[in-house]
Amino acid sequence: MTQVPGDLRFTKTHEWVRQLDNGMVEIGISDHAQHALGDLVFVEVPEDGRELAVGDACAVVESVKAASDVYAPVAGTVVAGNPALAAAPELVNQDCYGAGWLMRLQPANKDYAASLLAPTDYESVLAAEGG
Amino acid sequence: MPFIPHTEAEVRDMLATIGVPAIDNLFDEIPRNLRCDGLPGIPAALNEQEIGRLMSERAARDGRPICLLGAGAYEHHIPSAVWAITTRGEFYSAYTPYQAEASQGTLQSIYEYQTMMASLTGLEVSNATLYDGASAVAEAALMAVRAHRRSRSLRILIARTVHPHYRKVAISTAGNQGLRFEELPFERGTGITDAAALQAYEGQDITALVIQQPNFFGALEDVDALTDWAHANNMLVIAVVNPTSLALLKPPGQWGAKGADIAVGEGQPLGVPLSSGGPYFGFMTSRMEYVRQMPGRIVGRTVDLNGREGFTLTLQAREQHIRRGKATSNICTNQGLLMTAATIYLSLMGPQGLARVAAACHARSAELVDRLTAIKGVRLAFNRPRFHEAVLLLDRPVQPVLQALQSAGVLGGFDLATDYPELGAALLVCATETRTSADIERCAAAFANVLRQVKHAS
Amino acid sequence: MQADPSKVKTEPVIFRHSRPGRGAFGQWPAAVPEAALADIPAALRRQSAPCLPEVSELDVVRHFTRLSQLNFSIDTHFYPLGSCTMKYNPKACNQYAMLPEFTGRHPLAPESQGQGFLACMHELQEMLKEVTGMRGVSLNPMAGAHGEFAGVAMIRAYHRARGDLRRNEIIVPEAAHGTNPATATMCGCTVREVPVDAHGDVVLDELRKAVGPNTAGIMLTNPSTLGVFERRIEDVERIVRDAGGLLYYDGANLNAILGKVRPGDMGFDVMHMNLHKTFSTPHGGGGPGAGAVGVAERLLPFMPIPVVGRDGDNYRWLGEKDLPQSIGRLSAFAGNAGVLLRAYVYMRMLGREGMQRVGEYSTLNANYLFKRLQSIGFDAAYPDRRASHEFILTLRRQARDLGVTAMDVAKRLLDYGFHAPTTYFPLLVPECLLIEPTETESKEALDGFVDAMAAILHEAATDAEQLKGAPYTMPVRRLDDVRAAKHLDLTWKPAA
Repeated sequence: MTQVPGDLRFTKTHEWVRQLDNGMVEIGISDHAQHALGDLVFVEVPEDGRELAVGDACAVVESVKAASDVYAPVAGTVVAGNPALAAAPELVNQDCYGAGWLMRLQPANKDYAASLLAPTDYESVLAAEGG
Repeated sequence: MPFIPHTEAEVRDMLATIGVPAIDNLFDEIPRNLRCDGLPGIPAALNEQEIGRLMSERAARDGRPICLLGAGAYEHHIPSAVWAITTRGEFYSAYTPYQAEASQGTLQSIYEYQTMMASLTGLEVSNATLYDGASAVAEAALMAVRAHRRSRSLRILIARTVHPHYRKVAISTAGNQGLRFEELPFERGTGITDAAALQAYEGQDITALVIQQPNFFGALEDVDALTDWAHANNMLVIAVVNPTSLALLKPPGQWGAKGADIAVGEGQPLGVPLSSGGPYFGFMTSRMEYVRQMPGRIVGRTVDLNGREGFTLTLQAREQHIRRGKATSNICTNQGLLMTAATIYLSLMGPQGLARVAAACHARSAELVDRLTAIKGVRLAFNRPRFHEAVLLLDRPVQPVLQALQSAGVLGGFDLATDYPELGAALLVCATETRTSADIERCAAAFANVLRQVKHAS
Repeated sequence: MQADPSKVKTEPVIFRHSRPGRGAFGQWPAAVPEAALADIPAALRRQSAPCLPEVSELDVVRHFTRLSQLNFSIDTHFYPLGSCTMKYNPKACNQYAMLPEFTGRHPLAPESQGQGFLACMHELQEMLKEVTGMRGVSLNPMAGAHGEFAGVAMIRAYHRARGDLRRNEIIVPEAAHGTNPATATMCGCTVREVPVDAHGDVVLDELRKAVGPNTAGIMLTNPSTLGVFERRIEDVERIVRDAGGLLYYDGANLNAILGKVRPGDMGFDVMHMNLHKTFSTPHGGGGPGAGAVGVAERLLPFMPIPVVGRDGDNYRWLGEKDLPQSIGRLSAFAGNAGVLLRAYVYMRMLGREGMQRVGEYSTLNANYLFKRLQSIGFDAAYPDRRASHEFILTLRRQARDLGVTAMDVAKRLLDYGFHAPTTYFPLLVPECLLIEPTETESKEALDGFVDAMAAILHEAATDAEQLKGAPYTMPVRRLDDVRAAKHLDLTWKPAA
């Protein structure tokens, strides 16, 4: 059973967004996505300072049999890519909502959440995909 | 029918199993109006004896002249073992090693090849071949664009001393993605890239510099200075190198303070026959940090379920069969069999043997140039150390001289008129370890004789 | 079928055979005095020897002979790899392409010292035109994907020459080979995928929606990668042509229709042929191939150079001056000439009737195998369709009920002495095996394969765990691909 934490927002393309206390947001890929990809062997995260628009391909997650782009769910400036993933891409498989986060952004506007999916809506997306 | 084993009885059985009366019924989903009835333009079949006779006659027409042509394809001694083993059916008739357990022979050969090429070029990783030296330059330019995170210009500086066909292939291949290749001129006295021309590009956003060593004229570029200059100006360095020469010359990974970033070249000199231009193979090596931007197949060593060492294709997420439109290249089929030949060749030569080949090429070429420039009407174009080729200037048009030499059984070299008209009557000649002193004497005598006969102005 | 580990052969990397001072001395030229190198500045010289093995000639011969024995190949095994056309590679093709005058000919040698070679190339061009129904052929591309590149570059050049600069979109069916979208990208185009229906045909309504003023063309494989003939090809042609696009034929499956239907007659403007599939040049463990391109009238001016021309009895190269609108050069010289000679010999040996038999018997073998495998309990992905020269089985049911995957079956086949079919391509069909027997396999080879598949199906039902551990008799068991990609070990390094 795939996990969908109640305190996050999601996209149809299986990214999640967490509001942090300092005004920044944290971004990663969902449990469904990491499971579909299988064992990750490489993760490429964006450079600090990069400006992202919604939908920009901003990271790559790669397994032995597949490679997928991660699309920015929120517009903003990259504050940090997760430095641990270079040596340990498996963190995304082991803890996709925690230690396996991909990047942190300073969002360009505060009402970014309006266009994202609530957990229950994301569960409906997964159900519709048969997953 | 040749190569079809079916007996009439078997065909009847098979059709009965399928449940159709005739083979033609198996094509009933194809619209009738599109079908063709026969191929009248194809000649009738020849049996092996007949095709053998035909091919032998055609080959005999082409003969075996003494060849002073180089210009990117070089005649070298090829040990008998190279093709005796390469054409074993287990190598020759195998597919790409996607089923690793049934392809360990090919996979391990690639791993050994990668090791040899990385070391020869002084870099860390090698792919499992590209089509040829020219296409490898195009792929290297595209790779540099992906690898260079801060350059967005798609501008590539390429020395005019890089093989002219390589430059053309780079444009016809990478130009489609918007890459622009800008030529760096050469010094007329030395035939190497003009350092004074570099200044104009300083401070600009340029993705990469492409330089060839030895260059198309056979001359040795000042690769350390060019590499350091490019790095100081935030460009990647793409080295185009002759693999034989690397036994003698500084490998790209050691050029300048930091070394070249990507090395490519034509692998043909490593055990592959001239064969009218192919099949050859392009090699590519680079620093480890760019491995995910590399095109083509790569083999890695790993372990199996029992912990035994084994080899497998790796980093396949770069490739078209997984990444489709976002792959590093569309390349699928490469030049695998030639890679096998080269690995066998390099194993037979070893470090000492390859160094001897390179040294012999240099010495033979020097002997040839000495003998030819002693003839009235022939002089050396450039004053610069060389590897195994040289540009000669004639005091009369090149073509009639080449034609007269051919009548004497000598292919006298490559006429530079089309690619370098600024040089005038210029001829690129080459000698490798295969040219004996007797060959060189014969060529020199033919040159002297022809130059006595051919007029200055035609 | 458990292997005795002591009998499984492996071979150490060649560097482990190396001993300082050993060598294949008979292959080396005489040493040159160091003084002969004095003119090369020290700063340009190599300082340390490269990592090449120091081994004897016999060491080399044994090492690579042993390595070869770790491979499956057509010469040793039935190799029913779908979309790859692993047919017998006649020995004569190799022998006559390697006559010393051919192997010794320099690519820049004058045409007058190559009339025999050029005659073969010109006749090859003419024969390829005849079997494809195209108006011109260029032999330059060195592989299928290289031919695709040439083809799409020509489509682009054609639109540009007409001032139609917007046409930058290439349409491909979703089941297409990965090279198709990758090629479109290489050519600076964008890719639009169109779906296929439950019977394997392109959905025409979706195609109508996909085409428009930006359409450069469509790339189609026919018979498709699903192992069936695109029956509405004439409708596809009309839709694409009405929108102003051109049609590209991916010749990966040309073997299926050789002598029965020609791409030119189906309305295609440009195509590539995989000579290493249809015309039986060897696959060589990954190459070399040859991806000659054929074009219709409207694309003749754009063909890649050089092309072989004929004036009376004289053959010559046509270059920039003859084809000023050419998309240019794609190789340093003129493509994989030695591969082309092999294809020439093959085509002359088949002749006009043999060429037709290729399409007929490859289709006969595929349909026979298709029927027999269905009869022993395998599910067809497209059961209501004729097989072309290949077909798809799906193990969706076995995966669901028994936990056995297409990969498990593929690996177990190796233990039975058969190379695995293509697995997990096309991506559209879950748990698929794409099987292509080719015309050179006998009925008993096909029957033997059916017997092995029946035994594997039985094992799936009775001992799935055993099956999932396969292969057992190969030099290695299943390999750890994740480790290979995470801990990159791409070159051998001497132990520190």
